[in-house]
Amino acid sequence: MGKFTEDDLKKELETKEYEYGFYTDIESDKFPVGLNEDVVIAISKKKNEPAWMTEWRLDAFRIWKEMTEPEWANVRYTKPSFQDISYYSAPKTKKKLDSLDEVDPELLKTFEKLGISIGEQKRLSNVAVDIVMDSVSVATTFKKTLNERGIIFCPISEAIQNHPELVKKYMGSIVPKTDNFYAALNSAVFSDGSFCYIPKGVTCPMELSTYFRINEGGTGQFERTLLIADEGSYVSYLEGCTAPARDENQLHAAVVELIALDDAEIKYSTVQNWFPGDKEGKGGVYNFVTKRGLCEKNAKISWTQVETGSAITWKYPSCILKGDNSVGEFYSIAVTNNFQQADTGTKMIHLGNNTKSTIISKGISAGHSHNSYRGLVQISPRANNARNFSQCDSLLMGDKCGAHTFPYIEVKNKSAQIEHEATTSKIGEDQLFYCNQRGINTEKAIALIVNGFGKEVLNKLPMEFAVEAQKLLEISLEGSVG
Amino acid sequence: MLKINNLHANINGKEILKGINLEIKAGEVHAIMGPNGSGKSTLAAVIAGKEDFEVTEGSVELNGEDLSDFAPEVRAHKGVFLSFQYPIEIPGVTVTNFIKTAINETRKAKGIAELPAKEMLQLIREKADLLEIDRKFLSRSLNEGFSGGEKKRNEIFQMAMLEPQLAILDETDSGLDIDALKVVANGVNKLKSEKNAVLLITHYQRLLDYIIPDFVHVLHNGKIVKSGGKELAYELEEKGYDWLK
Ligand SMILES: Nc1ncnc2c1ncn2[C@@H]1O[C@H](COP(=O)(O)OP(=O)(O)OP(=O)(O)O)[C@@H](O)[C@H]1O
Ligand SMILES: [Mg+2]
Repeated sequence: MGKFTEDDLKKELETKEYEYGFYTDIESDKFPVGLNEDVVIAISKKKNEPAWMTEWRLDAFRIWKEMTEPEWANVRYTKPSFQDISYYSAPKTKKKLDSLDEVDPELLKTFEKLGISIGEQKRLSNVAVDIVMDSVSVATTFKKTLNERGIIFCPISEAIQNHPELVKKYMGSIVPKTDNFYAALNSAVFSDGSFCYIPKGVTCPMELSTYFRINEGGTGQFERTLLIADEGSYVSYLEGCTAPARDENQLHAAVVELIALDDAEIKYSTVQNWFPGDKEGKGGVYNFVTKRGLCEKNAKISWTQVETGSAITWKYPSCILKGDNSVGEFYSIAVTNNFQQADTGTKMIHLGNNTKSTIISKGISAGHSHNSYRGLVQISPRANNARNFSQCDSLLMGDKCGAHTFPYIEVKNKSAQIEHEATTSKIGEDQLFYCNQRGINTEKAIALIVNGFGKEVLNKLPMEFAVEAQKLLEISLEGSVG
Repeated sequence: MLKINNLHANINGKEILKGINLEIKAGEVHAIMGPNGSGKSTLAAVIAGKEDFEVTEGSVELNGEDLSDFAPEVRAHKGVFLSFQYPIEIPGVTVTNFIKTAINETRKAKGIAELPAKEMLQLIREKADLLEIDRKFLSRSLNEGFSGGEKKRNEIFQMAMLEPQLAILDETDSGLDIDALKVVANGVNKLKSEKNAVLLITHYQRLLDYIIPDFVHVLHNGKIVKSGGKELAYELEEKGYDWLK
């Protein structure tokens, strides 16, 4: 299992506090709470945005004001009060940083605690890290290597300044401002996020990685990611996050848009570990995410996610298979423990001929949690020979949790081939005794069984990420038996 | 090494073991035979510490230490190994990963550092060769879709890896073809030493031609009703159990 020793794990299992529940003491520049047109304008101004961007935000804000929060998901929570949130928070950086040496040592310490120190990242894995601390990117590394190939990987605020033609053309083209309540809100107030462009025919030589982190208590996070893979290009993108423990609920409403042009391929991997709330279900992050990708001809988008955190997860990474022969994939592990609730899944929209999609969803529920899979497979009338394979497996631990599946299949073309498989299982006493007899204690045995259960998904993650994901699975199921 | 004194055990209020006495010394091989349902697997499970069974009287001691307060994994760390009559499937966990975890957890419990990956691999290869296990087999999910014989062979592979002090083989011979039986028996014999002991549970004298027991015991209705040397096995093969009831 690489860099985490068994002792580390043991220690983590022993501490009942959320491991990453520390709070970094970095001075922040923060807006007063509340949301109105002035706040939207102020955010835009703060970031020195051009007028078209300000207008775009205001338009989104007006749309959002008319919308209501969706109620259809299988989750229950106290709705956040949108006027009690501060919509902007940036670490006070005195100047632009060119290298990691210049980064606030407090910040580096934070990353160390997360076990993903940048130095290690660099050494180990060829990973370019664009760190998003709270809302503004503080450091960008590996820029040069990427530059040489014409790859743009920068904070979205920078892209708005330097690549307005790309941003104007693609932002909101996949997830329109009108798409849903949270997407509209994000469009109005998004603070930062990443922008990535891979030129024609270029294979990105390293995994691109962003670590997100909510830091300031009560600050909503509204990340916006836009990733464009031009014709025949390839990129693998990693997104990972952790959050400090806070008493009040924290709102997170991100938007991710992927565009894979003809013959391009995007692999997008996420390990999500927002604070899930304490044992009683108090606190914890509300995670309402809109992620969607568009595939042109022969293009492929693959979403892989390991979701262990958040009090509430509402998330459906989707693919619009517009081009002929395009491929969409969704591999997901969602773990819920204690009082966590997850409603997650995907949408595969088949528009082109010979389009193919694969859905592998693994839900693990423990404690009093609820874990729902919600998936839509839609075959349009003009999509000939479309194929889908879906597999939804649930693993239950104890008898107080719930697993639910809501598969929606809409087929409007007779040539479609759709397969759906679903299983529900429990960790058996016999399995545990067998492991115990081999010297493996119950906690470790559960981790082993759970990792085995999620293997098809874990195998899709890049190596370094898979290690982290396994560790998260183990931590998040802490104390789930006995 | 193993000392069982007047052992009584219940499951769901029903008494299965009704006063077992048995002593096994280091270097010895003991065989337990007996009709279906007489309590052989129960005895094995109670020694291994399965919590479904309630020990109502008596004790199990390993090297003079009473095991009753120890969890199954602790007993394993102390050198108790059980080859299951019905090995359990663990989907998605490879044979290699499973045994690696078992070894490292045991080492951790003893305060020894993890076995370096290279040595682990070497050990796995060596033991797989000993039991004539195909390498490809090692990356399959544990016991999932294994044939009956493959499961048993895999149990002995794990035993070979863990090198237990006390190995309890519960009907490991059932389901093995003649060639496999020889391979497995050969494996067990290779691992046998003056320091460890083997408890064989079997229905067939055939196994005892390959792994020669020092003692044979007959378990009937939760009690050992007869003990003897290896010739007792031949006698049972001939006469059955009726004459002992
Ligand atoms: N969980 C249980 N609940 C009730 N009875 C049980 C349970 N487990 C075992 N028993 C009973 O205990 C008795 C002994 O079972 P055990 O498996 O030890 O027999 P065995 O000697 O190993 O038989 P075999 O030769 O068929 O393997 C049987 O009558 C069995 O039905
Ligand atoms: Mg039996």
